Amino acid sequence: MIHILLSRWRQGYRTLPYPKALPALPERFRGRPEIHPERCPEGCRVCADACATEAITFGAAGPRIDLGRCLFCPDCAEACPEGAIEYTQEHRLATRTREDLNLDSADEYRLAAVLDGEMKRLFGRSLKLRVVSAGGCNGCEVDVNVLGTLGWDLGRFGIQYVASPRHADGLLICGPVTRNMELAVRKTYDAVPHPKMVIAVGACAIAGGPYFRQEEQLGGVASVLPVDLFIPGCPPHPLTILDGLLRLLGRLEAEGRVGA
Amino acid sequence: MSAELPLLRNGQRLPLREVPELPIREFREAILRRIHEGDRLACLCADFDLRLVAVLAEDAGQALRVLSTKLDAPRYPALTPDCPQAHLFEREIAEQTGIVPEGHPWLKPVRFHLPWNGASDPWQRDGALVPGVMDFFRVEGEEVHEVAVGPVHAGVIEPGHFRFQCHGERVFHLEIALGYQHRGVEKALLGGPHPLSLKQAETACGDSSIAHAWAYCRLLEGLADVQVPARVDLVRGVALELERVANHVGDLGALSGDVGFLPTASFCGRIRGDWLNLSAEGCGSRLGRDWLRPGGLRQELEPALAARMRPRLEHAWADTKDAVELLWGAASVMIRFEAAGRVDPDRAREIGLVGVPARASGLGRDVRHDHPFGPYGTRPIPVAQAESGNVHSRAWVRWVEVGESTRFLSTALASLAESEAAPKAAPLPPLAPEHLCVSLTEGWRGEVLHLAWTDAQGRFARYKIVDPSFHNWFGLALALRGEQVSDFPLCNKSFNLSYCGHDL
Repeated sequence: MIHILLSRWRQGYRTLPYPKALPALPERFRGRPEIHPERCPEGCRVCADACATEAITFGAAGPRIDLGRCLFCPDCAEACPEGAIEYTQEHRLATRTREDLNLDSADEYRLAAVLDGEMKRLFGRSLKLRVVSAGGCNGCEVDVNVLGTLGWDLGRFGIQYVASPRHADGLLICGPVTRNMELAVRKTYDAVPHPKMVIAVGACAIAGGPYFRQEEQLGGVASVLPVDLFIPGCPPHPLTILDGLLRLLGRLEAEGRVGA
Repeated sequence: MSAELPLLRNGQRLPLREVPELPIREFREAILRRIHEGDRLACLCADFDLRLVAVLAEDAGQALRVLSTKLDAPRYPALTPDCPQAHLFEREIAEQTGIVPEGHPWLKPVRFHLPWNGASDPWQRDGALVPGVMDFFRVEGEEVHEVAVGPVHAGVIEPGHFRFQCHGERVFHLEIALGYQHRGVEKALLGGPHPLSLKQAETACGDSSIAHAWAYCRLLEGLADVQVPARVDLVRGVALELERVANHVGDLGALSGDVGFLPTASFCGRIRGDWLNLSAEGCGSRLGRDWLRPGGLRQELEPALAARMRPRLEHAWADTKDAVELLWGAASVMIRFEAAGRVDPDRAREIGLVGVPARASGLGRDVRHDHPFGPYGTRPIPVAQAESGNVHSRAWVRWVEVGESTRFLSTALASLAESEAAPKAAPLPPLAPEHLCVSLTEGWRGEVLHLAWTDAQGRFARYKIVDPSFHNWFGLALALRGEQVSDFPLCNKSFNLSYCGHDL
């Protein structure tokens, strides 16, 4: 017993000071990209050609990145000789609609809006989620799980993962939804009482990720269920996931601080 | 006969015409004889033209042997009755290509898809396949009952379906049905390398990204006959050992949690993050994504960065030691660990276990030692081993490995801090046409095997991945025999196998 107490003393209190301050991200962290179309040479497409998941298209305002397809690998940034695409340290990425994940230089990126009145009243201070792994690589699950550890302590925000869909207010789904998981995903959703929500975490769950061409999967959660929150990344950083959840619940103030 | 099989080193290429093609009878005999002499069946697969290919590993001699056979018809006498290691490989072959291993004692689907080549399905299934629908073992009798769980489990965990045949709380047998995570990885790699191939190799099993990415890179480097600089190998070694330590620390915490010992469970949950963050320091991703690339690295560990990582490593190790040593001093934990989940060495050898569960059963199998790759030839890491084959042994092996890996990391970072960063690697030259290569790495779960051969254009004619979980899931089923249903979470966690790595 004395050893346990000594360890407790040595290890100290290590829950991240997240509501008060953002945790330091590694220097090489790749957050939301920034596009500088003014640097693009006429008719150049190297960034789009370098993107293996076809996330980059060209619009009137220059290159446009679909963050739902983006794996946040540096292929496009490395390919561009002019540095027209740069990764920033911006971790806030979650949106309410699939369209909002389109990033270009002209429009402001629309981060996830708060749930509507009744849903916010019900879930704003207490949200129970059933996590369903639907065919990815288990990477998103790793970082979803990490939020439950003492470092992040998800429970202090009133959010918890529960064992049964009957105890849940919604589903948090990772993976592209393989054909072999479709039935299980539908049944799990049906078992959640109304009103309920669905959260899609990671590139696979949004658009099929590295498997978007494979017929063994369905191309994301939205092909099966209505999605209320999209959290992009491959996998998203735990901070990105937490930001998305808190934003949805209306618990965040403008700069990412936690409100009342 | 065995002398005729050409010897192959890990990551070395071989012209396809030099792969011996034996008649099926001699093919079977050669495999069975080598297995009898102590080889392992590292891989058995089929192409889509009635050809079987086997990879045998002779661990003591650091050698691999490849052999093939061309069948006249889509059937052959199964190896499984004489060689249980072939059990799942033969089921996989039947499902992917429609070739039936006749006399297979338990021929069932693995991933619930139809044959890729349009061959007729051995189970005569029609278009709408339902995963998990197949025969299961049944035990009949009074007081016998069946417990079925999954595919969706109670925790944040991948999907799989388990059937326990029980007598009261005692488990006679556990049968595991996977395939829910099947997303077509091997099929996607056909005709490659494509721009997506590296990303698909990396996500074959997401918590083993480095082990799979490295196996993929070495396979391409072997086929293109490119040698990477020693410094690149050392950085890759750092990436792999960080991945190993992070996962082992997480597992030791989770094992403590499963027996209700909360101090280690709570501390390790957080400390695991410290190790993952070290990987993120190196490459920007906690899981080591986009760190390696064929021919070199995407992200170098520059001397200044390596120097900055060292104190963080020491700190993480001090916290880890403090947290995990509590575990070994808790009698209540030890009694649970020692009483559960035994796989004896003979059984482990028979079914071909690899990685942590093999080493915990006294089989000193470790690719870093047996088929050295990267930096491990010149900087060997001792093989951690235990004898009892129970939960305690598997936890202990993990703990010893955490210490050994930390020592490796410490000296590797020191030498990286003192040498110049390598220049960016040039793009890889084209792959040699009609060559075969086998590449092995030792991920934190065990042996990761990538095997490919190229067509006349130097594209992948077949790409085969064997995650250690593929060898080891049956080990979990055996570990549970005679145990209590309530011990399942503990046994399961002590193996901590991958569903997606199995389902591909």
